[in-house]
This record gives sequence, C-alpha cells and structure tokens, in this order.
Amino acid sequence: MDNIPAVIEALIFASESPLPLEKICAVLDGVDKTEVKDALDKLIAAYEERQSGISIQEVAGGFQFRTRPEMALWIKKLKGTKPGSLSPAALETLAIVAYRQPIVKAEIETVRGVDVSAPLKGLLEKKLIRIMGRKDAPGKPIIYGTTKKFLEVFNLKELTDLPTMRELTEITEQQSALDLETAEENVGEQQIITQESFEKQISQEIPEEISEDDNDS
Amino acid sequence: MNEELSTDYAIKLDIFEGPLDLLLYLIKKNEIDIYNIPIALITQQYLDYIHMIKSLNLDLAGEYLVMASTLIHIKSRMLLPIPEDPSEEDMEEDPRSELVRQLIEYQAFKEAAEKLAKRPLLERDVFVRSAALPEDMIRSRPEDDELIEASIFELIEAFHNIVARLDNKELLEIDLEKLSLTDIINDVMDRLTRERNLTFEELLGERKDRRRIVYTFLALLELIKLKMVKAYQTAAFGVIRIFPAVES
Repeated sequence: MDNIPAVIEALIFASESPLPLEKICAVLDGVDKTEVKDALDKLIAAYEERQSGISIQEVAGGFQFRTRPEMALWIKKLKGTKPGSLSPAALETLAIVAYRQPIVKAEIETVRGVDVSAPLKGLLEKKLIRIMGRKDAPGKPIIYGTTKKFLEVFNLKELTDLPTMRELTEITEQQSALDLETAEENVGEQQIITQESFEKQISQEIPEEISEDDNDS
Repeated sequence: MNEELSTDYAIKLDIFEGPLDLLLYLIKKNEIDIYNIPIALITQQYLDYIHMIKSLNLDLAGEYLVMASTLIHIKSRMLLPIPEDPSEEDMEEDPRSELVRQLIEYQAFKEAAEKLAKRPLLERDVFVRSAALPEDMIRSRPEDDELIEASIFELIEAFHNIVARLDNKELLEIDLEKLSLTDIINDVMDRLTRERNLTFEELLGERKDRRRIVYTFLALLELIKLKMVKAYQTAAFGVIRIFPAVES
C-alpha cells in the first residue's frame, strides 16, 4: 500500500470527531502501527509546508482538521457570529476543575473564595465539565471533572497537555521557605498541589474518560 | 489619598471575582510583598471598598463580609503579645499564613485561567468542518437541532427585561392609543408570516410602552396556547425567537 497518507487524510476528513491513531490503525488493517504513524507525521508536515489554511491538529486524543488561528478573522466574517466567550468566573472555575479534578464544589469554593454554583452550572451546560460521581463523604457531594469537549475546545491533546502551572511549583518552594522561616512543621497538612501529585491524578483520569467517550460515538 | 482610591475603585467595581481577587488587587496596587502583608493597611483599604459599595447601594456578596471579619480577626491576633516562651502552648503560627496560602493559590489559578483563555479556542480562533451553522442559516431553518424550546419562564424573563429597561418617565404618561388583544394577535401573525421569525424585541419595534409590551406578551401567550406560534432559543438564557407554528 503506497497511498497510506491519502487514506489517512480521507479518514480524518470524514471523521466527525478527532480520530484516534488506534482507529486509523484498525481501519488500515495489516499495516504496521509505526508505518501509520510515519505516514500521519508526513501528512501533517505536508499541510504545514504548504501553508494551507487548515492543518491536522492532535486534540482530545485524536487527529482533526482545524483551520489555522490566522484564518479566524475571515471565518468569523463568513459566519457572522460572535463566539460565546467564557466569563472570568467560569474560566477560573474551569481551571480549578481542570487542574484539581476529581474535585467537589466545596473545594472549588475554597480556592475561589466565592460561591461557584452559577459558573458550575454554565460549564455543565456547555459540556466543558461533567459529573463524575459522588464522593463518599458526608452529604455525598458531586464530583466534577473535565470532558473530552474541554480538550477539543481548548486545543489540548490530553489533560497532561495542560499548560504547567509553573506558579504552583514556585508556590510550593516559596511556601516551604516561608514555613521554614516561621519555623512551622505542619507543611504536610497543607494541601498544595505538587506537579507530581497532579500528574498522578491526571493519569488516573484519562483512560476512563476516553473509553467512555468512545462508547458514546 | 482616600479620594483617589475611591475613584479608582469606582471604575473597577464589578471586575472583582470575589474577596480574594479584591485583596490581590490591593496587594498589587500597594506593591506589597504578599508574604508580608501589612494587615492594618490592607484591612483599612478593604473596608473602605466595602463601605463604598454599600454607599452605592450595590448588592454585596456575603463572602466579602466574611473576608472583612477574617481580616479584622487577623489584625486583632497580630496585636496580641507574642508568648514569652515559644516552646510553650501551640507554637503560635503567623496569623496571616492561612490567608497568604489562600491568596497565592487563588492567584495561581487565576493565572492558569488566563493562560487557558489565551489558547487557540475552538469556535473563536480555530474551526472544524462540522462547526455550528451561522446565525442567518439557523434563522431560515427553524427545525435545526440548535434550537431548544423556550419555557414560559424564559418568556416571562424576556418580558421583565424589557419592562426593566423602560424609562420611568415614560411610564407616567397616559397612553390614549386603544389597543385590543385581537389587533395585536393579528399584527403578530401578519409580521411572522412576512418575516418568518422574530424575537420578542423585534415584535415590539419602536413602540416600547408598557401597555404595548403587556399586550404583545399576552398575545404571544395566547398564540402559543393555541399552538399557532412556537418559541425557541438557541441556548439557555439566549434570545427567544418566535416562529409561526405552521410553515407556509
């Protein structure tokens, strides 16, 4: 088979949602996975070289044709719509859910210092977050996490692709310095995200989410 | 200085996302080291802000008051003499440290949120092939999935919004124009058949006096009840569009 890039191109074009590499491999039965990946990389590079208005982007665990950001102006002119942007309250809430998931409402409110019912509702309606279950704690609070659509909207390959919260690691350092200064010993009790624990949380999340969404489609 | 402060706040009134946001703003504005907050100064400025909101008769979220009491509590704890023997009792923690931790954590997420917003967003910066239909195509295709049926409460809310926008002075004028519900119903149906679909506001046109609004609203309720028109909106709290129930 020498037209593998063309086949992959067609598959991605015909796909409604980001197409995972595994699905391409499943269709191209008998072709080696590394060969498929090579062809895909070549295809992506070809679109880059040609300065095309569209490119193949890896988002939400798959590949998808997307217009280039430079084209946004023209497309908006065509569509004549204003994008519904997220309020700062919604964005902050979303960031907290994204970095701290699985998380309950009370924990989000502790960080933001205000009631988050309204932004949570809005994010649920926009399907950027979802209810993942209930926590086995008094009151059985609802646990929230981000959705596959969140990854699609924010152009993220997967959750680990989230921009690193460099500030947070800095805080951990500064905080421990501060704690040393004040000769405190209860650092361990304070819940500060470390990069490590964050990634651990994330890696637990991903398989579940992808498999669920696959069933849906 | 106080005067300068208050004008400054006035512009920024609704941009604060909560008490933590306000505190961060005050810290930045005063160029204070977040790890060594002069609690008396910040508390004073914070309270000034709260008083100003109150004097403007704006709603003040309860969280702001909770923070005010927290600040005052910290301030009073800072005034207490440090125990002679530090090993005795609970080694007194800096009363500010919990607040500092909260502030830094909040700041980190605020920045993370800003970073997220700067990414190439779908439907804002990048688009996919199956992207939603443009507004004008939705308008000519009322059967599109994007539309969800508007409930009676949303209609009432639209009604309230328009009444709320009315100039008070206009309400005092006595309107001699005689309106009948039948006329309005006919008028609404005429315009809908001509223009295919209209929002509640478009239906009212320029004549936005209270009587007109009430009659149009009643006419719509009647028409919906008779199943002669349908009300749709594209999203929750979106603009409500009225369509004739039977496509001609």
